[in-house]
This record gives sequence, structure tokens and C-alpha cells, in this order.
Amino acid sequence: MRFLNRSAGRLSRHRRGRFAGLAVLLVALLVTGGAYAALAPAGQAEQSQDNAELVEQGRELFLVGCSTCHGQNGEGVLDVNGNQLGPSLQGVGGAAVDFQVGTGRMPMVQPGQQNPRKSVAYSDDETAALAAFVQSLAPGPDVPDESDYDPSSIYELPEDERDAAINRGQQIFLTNCTACHNFNGRGGAMPRGGYAPTLRGVSDKHIYEAMLTGPSQMDVFSDGNIPPENKREVIAFLETLQEQPQQGGFSLGGLGPVGEGLYVWVVGIGGLVGFAVWIAAHTTRTKKGKETA
Amino acid sequence: MSTTSKVADTNGGTAARSGKPSKVGAAANWADERLGLAGLAKKNLRKVFPDHWSFMLGEIALWSFVVLLVTGVFLTFWFNPSMTEIEYQGSYAPLRGSYISEAFNSSLHISFDVRGGLLLRQMHHWAAHLFIGSMLIHMMRVFLTGAYRKPREINWVIGVLLLTLGTLEGFTGYSLPDDLLSGTGVRAADGFVKSIPVIGTYGSFLLFGDEFPGHSIIPRLYIIHVLLIPGLILGLIAAHMLLLVYHKHTQWPGPGRTEQNVVGFPMLPVYAAKAGGFFFIVFGATALMGGLMTINPIWMYGPYDPTKVTAGSQPDWYMGWPDGLLRIIPGWTEVSFWGVTLALPVFLTVILMPTLIITFLILYPFIDNWISGDKREHHLLQRPRDTPARTGLMAALVTFYVLALFAGGNDIIAIRLDLSINQITYFLRAAIFLGPILAFWITKRWCISLQRHAKEQALHGYETGIIERSPDGAYSERHLPLPDAKQALIVGRERDQLLELEPAVDKNGVERPHNRKERLRLALNRFWFADNLQPPTAAEIEAAHHHHDGHDGHELEAGAHDDDRDALVKGH
Repeated sequence: MRFLNRSAGRLSRHRRGRFAGLAVLLVALLVTGGAYAALAPAGQAEQSQDNAELVEQGRELFLVGCSTCHGQNGEGVLDVNGNQLGPSLQGVGGAAVDFQVGTGRMPMVQPGQQNPRKSVAYSDDETAALAAFVQSLAPGPDVPDESDYDPSSIYELPEDERDAAINRGQQIFLTNCTACHNFNGRGGAMPRGGYAPTLRGVSDKHIYEAMLTGPSQMDVFSDGNIPPENKREVIAFLETLQEQPQQGGFSLGGLGPVGEGLYVWVVGIGGLVGFAVWIAAHTTRTKKGKETA
Repeated sequence: MSTTSKVADTNGGTAARSGKPSKVGAAANWADERLGLAGLAKKNLRKVFPDHWSFMLGEIALWSFVVLLVTGVFLTFWFNPSMTEIEYQGSYAPLRGSYISEAFNSSLHISFDVRGGLLLRQMHHWAAHLFIGSMLIHMMRVFLTGAYRKPREINWVIGVLLLTLGTLEGFTGYSLPDDLLSGTGVRAADGFVKSIPVIGTYGSFLLFGDEFPGHSIIPRLYIIHVLLIPGLILGLIAAHMLLLVYHKHTQWPGPGRTEQNVVGFPMLPVYAAKAGGFFFIVFGATALMGGLMTINPIWMYGPYDPTKVTAGSQPDWYMGWPDGLLRIIPGWTEVSFWGVTLALPVFLTVILMPTLIITFLILYPFIDNWISGDKREHHLLQRPRDTPARTGLMAALVTFYVLALFAGGNDIIAIRLDLSINQITYFLRAAIFLGPILAFWITKRWCISLQRHAKEQALHGYETGIIERSPDGAYSERHLPLPDAKQALIVGRERDQLLELEPAVDKNGVERPHNRKERLRLALNRFWFADNLQPPTAAEIEAAHHHHDGHDGHELEAGAHDDDRDALVKGH
């Protein structure tokens, strides 16, 4: 301890020296550069070579499957009337590709108000290649790492911290998502035939990417807006919601009072009117016992 | 429980002897000597009620109200109507640690930590839906059969007030748990009050005691919900039932049924059993719904926060039609002048329209009476087809209601049926005006066609589907007379009376003061009744019978026909 104090004192003597600022800057640069070199993903040269192959594979797939609408370099295409056929993909990033292709939304069947989820056209490897290609066009949010979106770390927390995290997830969900996706994550209507799709049965990764990239009419929730940690909490909340038992019985579609109103008229009023008919149809017997003729 | 061991059935035998009184008889006697209820009970337990399924619709409302009272009292044991904020530490994990109001906390406590609490809460909510829904169909039955006519106009008015109060009661109850959906509803109510020109803002501050949401609204709604409105409803139900007993129940026309009698079964034992049994059916149905079907899952909505809203935010269905009108009214109806904005889209749809409709319903028996000029008492019901214009009016009202209700659920319809919410809106903007007119016209013509059919059957019998070939090769269908009850329903109804215009100038050459009003009344009277078919007269029926006698027995008596067939069977 004394030694530390002494050396700190020695250093401190020079702190107002002429070159002190320069020295600190040099040290800082060295540490940063050194740390980067040490901590950056290993085998970078090797990986960049892999990546170049992946990009090339993606480019070939892109030229065949996507370039008709998005252009050969992802620059977007206008039709003869000057309308946008496919938007520019410069800077949308690999996450957007992984979401759109990974949920089957791309390739699209036809332009329209809503690009529905459908069966997936590309394998996981091909999707990764396409994502790598689009990521190479211009910087954008890349396909997230599993550690970003996997909420299992939240489940391993002690009970009170886990509850708090899931509760934060619900708060974020209620604030930002329910307006379109409904309190239950079952989706809702958007103008002119569009809709916010249900979040049931959507993978953690795709929910994370949707938040990150804001597909279609959805807002972008960048990492500055909702940090990855909070995004994971939202995903954890949604998983908890789906795993909740149906405490109240059948959920009736989980769409709120409209469904309830339908059921009360069809099942409730309909059933009771049926009973009224039944009661009124059974009139009294005028004689006790069997009638003897 | 007879206290008479031997009943004298002739004058010649031995006299009736009183037997040993039973214990129950002794107890009843003890009570009667002190309360003197036997006379009252004797009269009322033998009161006769006619039998028809449509007379039991109001009973659904009555019994669901009983369920509401029972389950509601249960809920008050735990509900805490306070907006004080506390941290949730109950059983529902995803909300643990949230800062929520006492009202929401106690609602969650009832749902998750009170034994049977969620069942009772859901039963209470389902019963509220059933209460209002059954009041609506009961009202439609009374309207369609003309049961609101003299002397029952006041009871109709009480019924409309009950429907209105039931709706308000439902709304106040819906707002109490302070979850995201109910808070959105209260927020909307605040906007509705504020939309009233001039007094809106004052009204809002009076209601909330502060700028929205304040801290008073839930305690205030609570006392309105558990004391004020239920008290009024109970009083009005009592009046409704007393008037029902006093007026006696209406009945369908039929053999032996007149304006002076009631044909049916006595209260005890028949109706006590039927009505009592129906209570258990309503209670059972509510319990099944409460136990099996989720309603208002407040834990999923989360606590209310004015900054949040969920897709599919709807009021309960009975408030849905004004909300629907609000969803489809074009925005340009909002006007601004001299720095003042009139929120007319909100005011017209949510404040004015319900007020107009309720006023119209309250006044309807009197309007109807004015149009028909009928001053008589009516205890026999009218078949809906026999009042085509009135039935058409109800069809128009129902069409309006249903279209407005669809508009209220436009987002759910859009996502469920893959439609564009905008196109639903455009369609409904036109349909809300055209639909009721079309429904009125179709229903009126339909009723008149049914009248024609009924008259044809009354005169010429019904078609048996038996084709006969006469000896000279002609084919004909055998017609048989209708059963007596059905014939009486057609023939026994009253003929419509058309009003005649009094001369514009009386015998002294003085112009009548209310001539224009009279003309309007006459025009309405013609519009209401002139197209109706009148029931066949005795002479027409007689003529029809003679007509048939002229034929080669196309119309055989049912008995004769059966004999023929028996003979045929035996012959083979």
C-alpha cells in the first residue's frame, strides 16, 4: 500500500509537466489499440476470408432471387411509373434480411399493404449468406448474436431479480408495443388492410430483429432506444405470457371485449333463450300418474 | 299438507272433518295469525300466467340481476376503491414489483389470492353482459308484440330506464379495476363529458374532482356502482314487477282468450317451479361461463397508465354502438370558430345519439298511441307480422344498432376477416343510413307477405302436400283447416282502424287550429296501417267454405281423411 502511494506520489509530481498530456494520450492510444488487438475476434484474417466467401455466395443468391426488385447492388428499383418496386437495401443491415427472409416474408409474393409471414424459402445457410451480402453493402444492424436475444440468462436470476426483469419487460411492452400488437401480443389492425401480426410463435431472434430493424410500419427500437438487455426482458415477458396458464378459462381469442360480446350473445343469451323455449314447451300434466283410458 | 282428513264431495254424505294439524300447518297458522298474509298469498299464489317462451326473456334479466347482487356483494368484501399507489407483491409473477393502485391491487388479489375470487369476478362480469343483453331482447319482444300499449306505457318507460341504468352500471363497474383497458374507458368518458359544449370542462372537473385522472374517480364510481345505481335498479325492478302483477300478463290471442281474462297456469305450483327452475339455469349458465370463459383478464392488461393503450381497446359491447358511431363519423364534423373548438364528432355520436334514442324509446308508446288514435286497453298481443310498419321500425333500429356495433369492433373485424379498416369505415358510413331504410322496407313487405299467407291459410286451409287425382284426371292438392289455436291467432286479431281527417273548417266555418299537426298524424297513420292486410271477416270465411263445398271435396275433414287411410290400410 505504501509502495502504491509512493509511486502515485512520484507520478503525481509530473502531472503538470510539459509532456504530461501527450504522454497520457500516448498511453491511452496504446492501451486501446492493444486491447482491441487482443480482444477482437480471433482469427480475423481467417474469418474475413470466410466472410468474403459468404458475401459472394449471398451475392449470387441475391442476383437470382432479390435483384429484380431490389436492384443488382441492392440500390432499389423504380417501375416505369416511378413508383418504388423494391426499396434500397443500403444500410438496412443483416438483421433486417435475417428477419424478412427468416420469417418467409421475403421473397414477397406481390407488393401490397401487408407482407404476410409465410413458409420460408431459403435455408438457414442461404439466409446467412444473403444477410452477409446485404451487410456488406453498407453498415447497418447485423444479425444479432445469440447472447443478445436469448432470455435464458434472465430465467437464471434469483427470483426477485427475475420478476423485476420480466416486470420491466412488461412495462416496456405495454408502453411501446400493445398499441399495435394488443395486450396479449395477438396483433391488431393497421390502416388500409395492414396489420400488426401476432407475436405468438415468433422466435426470440426474430422478435429481437424486428425491434432492431422495424419492419414495414413498425418503429425502429435501436439499441440506444431500448438496450439489448431491455429487449431481452421484453422477450422474456412475451415468453412468460405465452407460458402462463389460462387462469380464467378459454381465452376466447384473447382479443378483448369484442370477442367477449360475441360469446355472450351466442353462448349466453342464445343458450338461455334456448332454455326458455324448453321450459315453456313443457307444460303441466293435468293428471297424476299414468293416464288410464 | 292437508289439514282436512276427509273432504265432503256431496251433500248427502258425512261432513268434512278436520284432521290432526301437521307441524308445518301449525307453523303457517302461527305466522298467519300474526302477519295475516294468508289472504294475500292465497290470491297471489293462484295468480295465472300465460305460457310462452318469449315471456321468459325478462326473467333472464331478473335472475342475472340476482346473480349480480350475490357475486357483487362477494367482490365488495375484498375490493378497495382507492387510487393510492402501492407496489404489487401478490401471486401473479409478471406484475410483481409494479407500482399500481389499490383498486388494481385488490382486483388482482381477488383474482389470484382469494379462493374462488376469479370465478366470482368472471361470473359477475358475464352476468352483467347477460343482464343487459336479456333486457334488450325482452324489450324487443315487448315492442314487437305491442305489449307496451295501454295500460302498460309506464312499465315500458320503467323498462327503458332500467336498460339505461343497467348500461351505466355496467360502465361504472368496468371502470373500477383500474387496469389498462378500464382506464382507457375512463379516459374516453372524460373526453365524452368534455365534448359537451360550454359545460363540458366543468362537468369533467366535477366528475373527476381534478384534471384527469385525479384521485377521486374510482371511489366515486365505486359508490355509484354499489349503492346509487343498484338502489335505483332495485326500486325500478320492484315497480316493474308490481305493475306486471297489477296489469296481469299479456297473452296471445287464442281460443278462450279475451281482453278480460288470462289463460295459463297458476303461480303455485307451476310458475313457481318454472321460474325458480329458470333461476337455477341462469345461475348455472353464469357459473359455467365464469368458470370456463376468460372475461376481462386484467392481469394481462396491466395497470392503467395514461401514456399506454392497447390495440383492441373496446368498451363492453353494450357501450359499443356509440363508440362505433364515433369511429366512423368523418373528422370534418369538428368545427372551430372564434378560438373555440366544438368536438362535435364526439358530442354527436356519444352524447347526443344515445340521448335521442333513449328519449325516442321512452316516448314510443305515446307516439304510437298518437299515430293509431287507439284509446282502448290491450291485453292480447299482436303478432309481429300484423304490425308490419312497427316490426319494420324495430328491424331498422336493430340494423342501425348492429352496424354501429360492427363499427365499434372495426379493428377486430379487419384483422379477423382480412379486410381494410378504412374500407369498413367507408362502407359503414353509407350503410348506417341506407341499412335501416332497407331493413324497414324489406321487413314491412315481408310482414305483409306473411299476412297474405296467413289470410290464405285461414280462408282456404293449409297445404297438406297430398296430391289427389280426380276421376276425370285433374290433379289438386288437398287443403285442411288450420288447428284452432292457429286459426284464432289469425282471425282473432283486431282490425286496424284508419284515422279520418276532420274537416279543415268546422261547422261554423272556423278553421281548425291544429290542422297541420293533424295532417302529419294522418299521413303517419296511413304510412303505418294503410298497407296492412285485415283479418278475414266472418262473411269471407263463410264464402270461402261455400267455395270449397262447390269443388269435388278437395278439402276434406281431417277425420274423414284419416278414416280413408285406415280403410286403405285395412283393405290391403
